[in-house]
Order: sequence, then C-alpha cells, then structure tokens
Amino acid sequence: MENKVMLQLTGIVKKFNAGTVNEKVALNGLDLTLHEGDFVTVIGGNGAGKSTMLNAISGAWRVDGGTVVLDGQDITSLPEYKRSIFLGRVFQDPMMGTAADMQIEENLALASRRGKRKTLASGIRKAERAGYREMLSELGLGLEDRLSVKVGTLSGGQRQALTLLMAAMREPKLLLLDEHTAALDPKTAAKVLEITDRIINERKLTALMITHNMKDAIAHGNRLIMMHEGRIIIDVCGEEKQKLTVEDLLGMFSKAAGGEFSNDRAILS
Amino acid sequence: MGNFLGSMPGAVAQGLIWGIMAVGVYITFRILDIADLTVDGSVCTGAAVCAVLVINGVNVWVAMLAALAAGIVAGCVTWFFHVVLGIPAILAGILTQLMLWSANLKIMGGANVAVSARQFEGIVFTQMDVGGSLIWLAVTAAVIIGALYLFFGTEIGCAIRATGCNGVMSRAQGINTNVMKLLGLALSNGIVALAGAVLCQYQGFSDINMGKGAIVTGLASVIIGEAVVRKIGKNFALKLAGVFAGSVIYWIVYQTVVFLKLDTDLLKMLSALLVALFLGVPYLKKQLGMKSSRGGAANGK
Repeated sequence: MENKVMLQLTGIVKKFNAGTVNEKVALNGLDLTLHEGDFVTVIGGNGAGKSTMLNAISGAWRVDGGTVVLDGQDITSLPEYKRSIFLGRVFQDPMMGTAADMQIEENLALASRRGKRKTLASGIRKAERAGYREMLSELGLGLEDRLSVKVGTLSGGQRQALTLLMAAMREPKLLLLDEHTAALDPKTAAKVLEITDRIINERKLTALMITHNMKDAIAHGNRLIMMHEGRIIIDVCGEEKQKLTVEDLLGMFSKAAGGEFSNDRAILS
Repeated sequence: MGNFLGSMPGAVAQGLIWGIMAVGVYITFRILDIADLTVDGSVCTGAAVCAVLVINGVNVWVAMLAALAAGIVAGCVTWFFHVVLGIPAILAGILTQLMLWSANLKIMGGANVAVSARQFEGIVFTQMDVGGSLIWLAVTAAVIIGALYLFFGTEIGCAIRATGCNGVMSRAQGINTNVMKLLGLALSNGIVALAGAVLCQYQGFSDINMGKGAIVTGLASVIIGEAVVRKIGKNFALKLAGVFAGSVIYWIVYQTVVFLKLDTDLLKMLSALLVALFLGVPYLKKQLGMKSSRGGAANGK
C-alpha cells in the first residue's frame, strides 16, 4: 500500500545569473515525488543540483518555474521563514544550524517554538529544561549537563547532532539534510549518521539526505536518487536499492550520464 | 586637585547619559550585528524633539516619550533602506543620518534651542543640580538595564538575538528576520533619542552638532565596558551595566584630559583609534593564529 504523497516537485527550474554569460541552469525541469515516511538519499556530482533542490524546497529564493507542493499545500511562493514551520533542516556547515552566541537550551527553546507566534512570554520556561535534558542525553554526547553552555564552544559533531534534534523537534513534514556529515571526521560522521537514522526511524520522518558518500547513500534510507545536470537520472527503492553496490551505481551513472563519467567518478566515490 | 575631584560627579553624569546612548549602540552592534550610523543623527533628533516640546509647555516626561518615539521612527527609516531597499546597513544608516540633519534643523527651527532648567519647571536632569541628576540617572540606567534584560529573555528578544547571531538558522527556525531587524533598529534608535532628550535637559540646550561621532563614542564605551566586566561574568544585565561603566570611564578620561590641559580637540581622534585598535586586535589575533595552525581544516562549502 502506498503512503500519502508528502512532497511533490513539478517541473522545477532554477537559473543562476540568468541572461549573463555565466548563466547556469541548476535545476532543469526537476520532478520528484516523496511519500510519507520515505527516507531518500541523494547523490550526484558537483553542480548536479542537489543543494539547489533542497534550497528550492526550503525557499532560500524563488524558483524560476515549477511548483513545490508539501503535504497537499502549494508552498511555491511562501517565504522561507514560513516554510520552516513544516521543514527541518541541517546544513553542511556545522556553524550554520545553530546560534553560536546562545546557550544550548536557548537554541532548543527557539526550535521548540518554530512556527509559533513570538510573544513577550519568557523565551524559555523552567519546565522545558527537563525535556531538553532528556533529549540531549539520548544523543549520548554528554550535552545534557551543559544546557547553559554557549553552542559556539561545541565541536562540529556536537553542533550537527544538536541541529538534528532542533530540526526534528516540531515533527517536520520533511527533513532536509544537506551533506550534514561532510565537514566531520569519519568517526564523528558515523556517529551523527547513526543519530540521524535513529531520529528518522523513531519519529517516522520523511527525509531527503544529500551525501557525497556512495556507501552511506546505499546503507541508509529506503530510496536512492542520483542527480545530474539539474534532473534525477536514477531512482531506485526497496529491495533493488538494498542490493546495490557502489560499482552498480557507478555503472548506472555512466550509462545514464554518458561521456562525463570519468570526470565525475572521483567526486562520486 | 580639588577642582579635578569636583569635576568628577559631572563626568559621571555625562558618562551615564552617554551610557544610555551606548546601550542603544550595543543593541545594534553587538546583538543585531549591524553597525548603525543612524545614531549620529538620532541623538540630536531626541534632543530637538524634547527641547521644542518643553519650551512649548509640554510635560518633560511626555517630551521624553515623544523623543523616544522620534528615535523609533528614525530606526524604521534605516530599516526600510536596509531591508526593503537592500542598501548595505552602513550606507542605510548614513542616509538616514543625513536626512535627520535636515529634519533636526526643521524641528528646532535653527541650529540650536535653549531649554534652561531656570526657565522651565519640571526638568529632571540638569547640571545645576548634579547630585539630584545623578540619582535620577542611576534610576534611569537601572530601569533600562532591567527592562532590556527582561525583554531579551522573551521569545521576541531571543528571536532578535538569534537573528543577529545567525540569519540562516533563524529563518530555518521560522523566525521572520526582517521583522526582528526592524524591532532591533527601532528599539536601538529609540533609546539613543532618549539619551539625546536627557542630554539636552542636562546641558540646557539642544544643538545640531551634539550627535557628531556618537557612534564612535558609543562603540568605545561598549568596548571599554566589555573589557571591564569580562572577568566578572557573562550575565546579560552585567554586560549592559558594563556599557554604562565603559561610558563613565570614557568621560572620566575626558575630564582628566581637560584637567591636564591637554588638547581636547584630539579626543575624537583618540576615541576612533581606540575603537579601531580594539576591533582590530581580535581580527589580527585570528589571522596570526591561522598561520600557526594547520590551514586546511577550514570546512568550506
């Protein structure tokens, strides 16, 4: 039985530097449908349009064509901060997802109020702290005793784990992970991926995860898409995905993308 | 020496008045991460509005509220230039500052307006009663510190702080960063104009030049204050108190320069150099630190 459609991208076009010699078509009529509970990994070479796709969904700018429908609502022209009510986001740069000059608990309190009207009520109530402590202890990073520490003093891995918590806090309709482990050392990256898996499974979130690591792309999620020149060229799911190997993927890529295989091979593997 | 010590209460009073202004600068510079040059104009706007209303028989407290409101409007104009028209923050502030120059002349009907405490009843702050003024100034400072401490602990206050700290994160957390910048700029300039209103009472006149270099004086106070309270603690109220302390120290230094019969014309030069030094040192430290550590660890895009 198919789950309900959670995200529908139709004919998304995004051009950068339109009308100049540097014009680049980053998304070229992109179509994508995600069902509720899908955990999709996204791979592709540099400039394939992976991050641009996530930005089109999150609303960093207006798309030049196409529609973004999230859980039945057309959000194509909604400003970024309003879309954030439905979206959880973790960025590649660990500095990006948290406010460094604010305490851990203040960051969590901001996330717990995402999409709610801001008032003159206290920015954080005492009763919230117990909940935050419990959430943090589940990460297993020892952050539960450091609620009032400035986030700027945390390591990249800790910040990404915290950003994940914040992204998942308000049960987003869609979680967007933009190479969120790429800036971490391998051991920390593995830990953050493990936390990612756990949060997505426990809360049954729908997620899009960009990664440069093909093994990760195969090992995680129930569906894998590969992008090339602003479109999706490979889309595998279920059992077929589980059986994939890195070699399979490279073969599929070279067939689908034609002659540019050798250029992108290094980037992909 | 008695003369020098005798001038100290006055210096402290000046310091507290300019400390109010410096708190406004702190809000934009440290919390919103915007260097807002509007303040050079909005100091005088607050003074002009207050002075003109008082000489027309309006209650002093009402006149001060009106000055606050005028400052808020000035902040909104800078916001409009910066956020709606996309003009860089520094230039947006300079444009408003220039507009205010004309506006201030029109409000005052000339280059200055006298509001002597001898002529007008109800003037709260005056250098004719430094002791009484000091008490009122201490109360004013305490109220401002307390109010801002509470405000920046609210949901709106936290959202403003997050906006200044990380705009991308703020929008990802559903915060309308444009609105938060508006609130921050309006609040900051409101407070700066209030400082102008207090200053015009204290010195007995409002003058078109009174805000010249206010941004630098304010930044110097913020920086001195940070150096003073850094060792004591990190509490936000303490930081605000530090801004007042920084401003008082600045004016004590000023009095000392006057007493030693040094050239006060050079004071603005020294202030500017001080600010440049303190803003430059962290940057230079970082540059030197980068060279000595491995350079490749930066996690770029």
